[in-house]
Amino acid sequence: MFDAAPNHLPPAPGVGYKPQHFQALISDAAPVRWLEIHAENYMGHGGRPLAQLRHLAERFPISVHGVALSIGGEADLDTDHLTRLKTLCDWLNPASFSEHLAWSTHDGAFLNDLLPLPYTVQTLTRVVDHIDQVQTVLGRKMLLENPSTYVAFAETSYDEVDFLTEIARRSGCGLLLDVNNVHVSCINNARDPVDYLNRFPMNAVGEIHLGGHDEDRDENGASLLIDAHGSPVTVSVWALYRQTLSLSGPRPTLIEWDNDVPDWPLLRAEAERAAGIIEAMA
Amino acid sequence: MTQTQFRTALLTPDAPVPAGVIGPTGQSSAKRFNVYRNNVTTGLCRALADNFPAIRSLVGSEFFQAMAVEFVRACPPNSPLMAGYGLALPDFLAQFPPTQSLGYLPDVARLELAIRQSYHAGDHDPKAGARLGTLDEARLMQTRLRLAPSFRLLISDWPVLDIWNAALSGGPKPRHQAQSVIVARPAFDPMPHLLPTGAEAFLQALIDMATIGQAIAAHPDTDVLAVLTLLATTGSISEVMS
Repeated sequence: MFDAAPNHLPPAPGVGYKPQHFQALISDAAPVRWLEIHAENYMGHGGRPLAQLRHLAERFPISVHGVALSIGGEADLDTDHLTRLKTLCDWLNPASFSEHLAWSTHDGAFLNDLLPLPYTVQTLTRVVDHIDQVQTVLGRKMLLENPSTYVAFAETSYDEVDFLTEIARRSGCGLLLDVNNVHVSCINNARDPVDYLNRFPMNAVGEIHLGGHDEDRDENGASLLIDAHGSPVTVSVWALYRQTLSLSGPRPTLIEWDNDVPDWPLLRAEAERAAGIIEAMA
Repeated sequence: MTQTQFRTALLTPDAPVPAGVIGPTGQSSAKRFNVYRNNVTTGLCRALADNFPAIRSLVGSEFFQAMAVEFVRACPPNSPLMAGYGLALPDFLAQFPPTQSLGYLPDVARLELAIRQSYHAGDHDPKAGARLGTLDEARLMQTRLRLAPSFRLLISDWPVLDIWNAALSGGPKPRHQAQSVIVARPAFDPMPHLLPTGAEAFLQALIDMATIGQAIAAHPDTDVLAVLTLLATTGSISEVMS
């Protein structure tokens, strides 16, 4: 069957790779010990993206993070896309592969966003089937990431933690715990993030994500947090991260900063802060 | 709620929030649903702007944004690879009423597509074309050329290369003339080059694997030396087969 270990990333900080940081990572990476790439940016046939990735993979364990497989889609998975993922994973042999509890493609249109799902028996069955297909085609275990959500569904019948726990149990996949998403979704859905983390199946967690979010309000004045990945990790998310590690022990931890990408020293400072918390907990 | 309903509402600006999509107190919230609507539209518009910098410069960023919103709703991507998004943009620009009269825009968009495709194409040995210079004339006539995976040919009735240059680096004002362009990628950065006038059919014959001799016989008025020198010195050739 699949590798029993959650993955081969070190329990240390990593960053989402941006080409503008290539030279800094080659000369001045510490404390960053691994990198994450978005799979869809490395599905060309050659050129600079693949050459840089080949070079980086000689120095760093790489986590391949898919953002477009549409695992929660009502339709069948896009087998062309799954084949592209397999091609990438076969040549790169990454330390981890992860995707999202979300959908992004429907009726042949790719919407370029991680769209929300109702937590029902039908969704559960479909997601488990899709994960089974992905793990079989790739020949490796995957991690599934908890989403950031702005709406809920009247038809939902599972709590999100119970839903993810059941997906992991049935499919054998691991989980990617995005602590910023926990904060964003819990505030947006009037739930308690501390309780969410206390109930989360930490033994299945192979990787943690940290990132920034924006703050807004809905038309009724209720808090509406936006998962924007364009700013530093907030104080409340660092506090939830400490709580997570107290429950999980040290875990590979990614700083995600995808928009308004900062200069290297600022990103490295975020990674240093995560490293300090991991070391204090170890 | 089905994903068809959700998707339709995302791409229809004034559509109501789909039934059953709710906020924390159980009520429907347009502001919450609009986060997704906004993510989808701005994300796809940004991908389009990344892929067509010269078009954006030519029409202005404000007009480009308004046009991109229309394009995204009419032609959402059919593949999750955003580097390829916009294959339908040249035809859209030809039919979109505000750009219909700018006849050169579709070919500038085609050139930008060719450059982006070249960037992600497979690798080759950029020095492979140097072997051409070592062949005697009899051998040369029997030779076929395999062009690189990153090579592209764009035939245009517009001064497409001059317009592209003017848009991105403020080159001189283009004069009206037909310009056909090749795109070649010696290492990692694709470069467009002007093809000698009247050489399109000769080059197409080479692409279709005619020998150089056959291509000359079929298109005797071509400046053959200029074309072969261009191909050999720009990293366009991946194999000289003689």
